[in-house]
Amino acid sequence: MKLDLKQVEEACKELYIRALKMLPPDIKQGFQQLDQAETNATGKAILGTMIRNIRVAEDNTNLLCQDTGIPIYNVVIGSGVEVDGHALKQAIVGGCTRATQEHPLRSSVVHPTTRKNLHTSGGRHVPVINIDFSDNSETLSIEMIPKGSGSENNSWLKMAIPADGIDAIKTFVIDCVLDAGGKSCPPVIVGVGVGGTADLCVHLSKVAATRPLGTKCEDPEGAKLEAELSAVVNKLGVGAQGLGGDSTAFAVHVETAATHITMNPVAVNMQCHSARRARATFTPQGLEYGY
Amino acid sequence: MAHYEIHMPASEEQIRKLRVNDTVTLHDTLFGIRDATQIHMFDHGRKTRFDMRGHAVVHTAPNVKWVGETMEHPSGYAPICIGTTTSARMERFTQPLMAQYGVRIIIGKGGLFAASAKAFKDIGGVYLAIIGGTAALETTWIEQIEEVDLDDLNPESLWKFRIKGFGPLLVAMDSHGGSLYTEVNAAAKDKRAGVLAALGVKS
Repeated sequence: MKLDLKQVEEACKELYIRALKMLPPDIKQGFQQLDQAETNATGKAILGTMIRNIRVAEDNTNLLCQDTGIPIYNVVIGSGVEVDGHALKQAIVGGCTRATQEHPLRSSVVHPTTRKNLHTSGGRHVPVINIDFSDNSETLSIEMIPKGSGSENNSWLKMAIPADGIDAIKTFVIDCVLDAGGKSCPPVIVGVGVGGTADLCVHLSKVAATRPLGTKCEDPEGAKLEAELSAVVNKLGVGAQGLGGDSTAFAVHVETAATHITMNPVAVNMQCHSARRARATFTPQGLEYGY
Repeated sequence: MAHYEIHMPASEEQIRKLRVNDTVTLHDTLFGIRDATQIHMFDHGRKTRFDMRGHAVVHTAPNVKWVGETMEHPSGYAPICIGTTTSARMERFTQPLMAQYGVRIIIGKGGLFAASAKAFKDIGGVYLAIIGGTAALETTWIEQIEEVDLDDLNPESLWKFRIKGFGPLLVAMDSHGGSLYTEVNAAAKDKRAGVLAALGVKS
């Protein structure tokens, strides 16, 4: 399959706008579940407002949240897909810039020291583009995630040591949830990276935080850990917006990687309740949008 | 738990009446302010022409569209999506914002800390919690972007909005030392040991 890069650019523009306006069905269902379980009156009222906001955004075709985030594009190239990798990256950046200027969207991206905003939602190394490969024949998928800063500012890495064991991982996750409080715009998805190198560990925490609700870690040990943490996280009482109640998190997600004999790294990355994602899938049959 | 409808600007007396868990809906005027706006005002010595005495500020940087100055859009900007950002980063600006500019209400999400609580108590101010991430709804409470100042910082300009029924918002920090965040955080820390025990963590 040969890709039409003009179509890819157009899709990357569309994906940014779609992600900002339409919440994925798994997140909507997560809201329903939290709403049913919430026992705190303030928490219940806050969840009600959040659910109402999803409807208002759809009715007015408006953005769910004003934070257009740092744009992230996750590309998975299947076998048999012919594409010029450099031109693909250019198409992604082009689509992201066009979404920002043509919609228009607030460009939330600045140079880290001069704070200069190019008003393109881009700059050095941004949009973030992650490229991976799969055996999914003649399929290219692009997932777009506008990662909001309220949650991203709540990110941590701890290079624990083997002697601290899994207890260090569990304690760190709980302490991060407490430290974040209302700052990360709960209910959140708590993304946990376990193992790897320092950078891989942090990357995995982002993969975990942005994974659809209802999915499990492919590593059974990771799945066990995320089930244990998910079962207790809402007992902390941080609650929606940090104002108390049972709705601190939709779930805790864990992703794992092999690590060094001397290392026991753990990273936490939060995803806010505006857990936005959009996906475009290119196959020989054409282009399809989803989540 | 009372509800108040306040037409801005507000007096110190009106603000002192508000207690944690009350709700408030604002009318008429609201200012939008953000990290860069306040860094420039308080660290780089820049001034605004706006009179913010007795007024409310919301921690925001909106999505706007330049349409040119018209009767409908006197600032030249049409609102697209206006929401609220995390307040914690702007903690150190609460006191000067109140002392130098007379601001009485800060609207944000996630709460503020001890220095802000002290300023609210000493000068007479409150923190109103808005539900973060509900910008589509919040945008429907804004009628117009009346004026804009320090616009070289766009989108972190100083925005003057005309509002209609902006709320209900929850009084989360009041001028009597009350803070819902302090209460919730203390209660959550008390539950830490029990949660770690449930996870089988050996203390």
